[in-house]
Amino acid sequence: MEKTMKNIFWLCAGLTVMCILFIGGFILIKGIPFFSHTNLIEFLFGQHWMPSGEIFGIYPMLVASFYATLGSITVGIIIGISTAIVITQILPTRLADMCSKTIDLLAGIPSIIYGFFGLMVIVPILEKHFGGKGGGLSLLAVIIILSFMILPTIIRMTEVSLRAVPNEFKEGAYALGATRLQYIFKVQLKAAKSGILAGIILAIGRALGETMAVMLVAGNTPLIPSSIIDPVRTITANIAMEMAYAAGVHQQALFATGLILFVIIISINICMQLLIKKLERR
Amino acid sequence: MEIINTATPSSNIVKSNSKLINTKRKTKEKLIYIFLGLATAITLGFLFWLVGYIIINGILHIDLIYLMPAIVTTIYMVLIGLGIAVPIGVGAAIYLQEYATEGKFVKVIRFATECLTAVPSILFGLFGMLFFVTTLKMSWSLLAGGLTVSIMILPTVVKTTEEALKTVPISYREASLALGANKIMTILKVVLPSSIPGILAGIVLSMGRIIGETAAIYLTAGTVFGFPDSIMNSGRTLSVHLYILAKEGVSLSEAYGAAVVLLIIILSLNCLSYFIATKMKKLK
Repeated sequence: MEKTMKNIFWLCAGLTVMCILFIGGFILIKGIPFFSHTNLIEFLFGQHWMPSGEIFGIYPMLVASFYATLGSITVGIIIGISTAIVITQILPTRLADMCSKTIDLLAGIPSIIYGFFGLMVIVPILEKHFGGKGGGLSLLAVIIILSFMILPTIIRMTEVSLRAVPNEFKEGAYALGATRLQYIFKVQLKAAKSGILAGIILAIGRALGETMAVMLVAGNTPLIPSSIIDPVRTITANIAMEMAYAAGVHQQALFATGLILFVIIISINICMQLLIKKLERR
Repeated sequence: MEIINTATPSSNIVKSNSKLINTKRKTKEKLIYIFLGLATAITLGFLFWLVGYIIINGILHIDLIYLMPAIVTTIYMVLIGLGIAVPIGVGAAIYLQEYATEGKFVKVIRFATECLTAVPSILFGLFGMLFFVTTLKMSWSLLAGGLTVSIMILPTVVKTTEEALKTVPISYREASLALGANKIMTILKVVLPSSIPGILAGIVLSMGRIIGETAAIYLTAGTVFGFPDSIMNSGRTLSVHLYILAKEGVSLSEAYGAAVVLLIIILSLNCLSYFIATKMKKLK
């Protein structure tokens, strides 16, 4: 009994590992045959995506995903860290508690609702003020909704790591004559950086991996955007849009797209984990 | 005399200089405070705007009878997903927390769960479509969708269960062992019952994730709108339904109605999870 139960628990743990290996392996096996059709360099840097002509280049999508992630992370970091500072350091405890609970509750809002809101509200506003080829469906719309989607993640992680900074740091800084802001920016944020970084990684993953909400507001033209109000198609949207009807080489090309996305996400994760470990050791 | 004369004006300069620096610093600090306040206002303002907009526009369009197929499909999806992920996830967490000693295997498991957390849902969808739908020939079905989401929520279940198990004091285990219970009895009768609130909070969280998921389900469960006869049928969950309504843009009032229902379900689940978690803290 004792032994069997232990084995069952071990099996459960093993299954979890199997899942990730299996998913990675499966996507790899299904994606690799495609590269006999188009080689990796052509696939990554090809400027055109025309499934009907069997021309597959995901460069425009890579660029779009990169801009969208970079833009939303920048906005998210600036607004998110500021908000976390206000909540933990400036607001009186009860008000701060309320704010942080509200943000927590809202963290669970499904991404599709952000997308729907973006489509109904943000896109018309952008169309009115900027126009653009996509009539408001644009890189900017994607950046806006993604920024707000990742805010709760960044705020939560920053909050937790700011609160974890020992009180002695504060007393020491004040004793040396630092003002509150000097303490926050020069001492506390630096002490909390590994936790904040972990939050940023989570947020990058979410922004890069978001699909349906982005599809609703991006316009989905597979072209390299020349301005921020141009319509774009991200890597994730490319998979979701065409998967339903693709067949043959086209389908393989989509598996290969998934493979690239998988590799990007896992490598970002590993790099950042190493970076965090390095920061923590110091 | 000369020395004093030269000293006074220079010290005056220093004084006025430091005054200048002081006022400069004060305006700078003021600007920073204003910026921080503005950022907070943007965050809260946007979130209230989003929730307010959806509720105000959708509250009059809630049509539960029309939405019933989507709600039923969503419930099926949650049941299948949790039914598979919870036993495996809890088991894995028990192994990690109660049996395993820090070693290579544990490191691999932790790394795997972390990677699994980072993988975006579209890739789970892609995998589910390749494996469950095509290779295992389940076609687009609730079962294929449920299996896919169960893998997706597995790391969350493992992690939250582990956290919950960690909060059970060692003294409970020692007391149970001292009374003659063996390890498995201790785990099943002492450790698990006292960590149930934490595990529940994690399950409710995962429930929210399944309900809100679109991409993975869209690729594996299909989009047929109707009451599913069996788990081998295709079905459309509430989120997928909202996506399709929004994309088609034909009946926006229905889309608002679906969005409001989805939002209310998720917010109440989050409240519930929060409530359970606070209760757990009080018990401690």
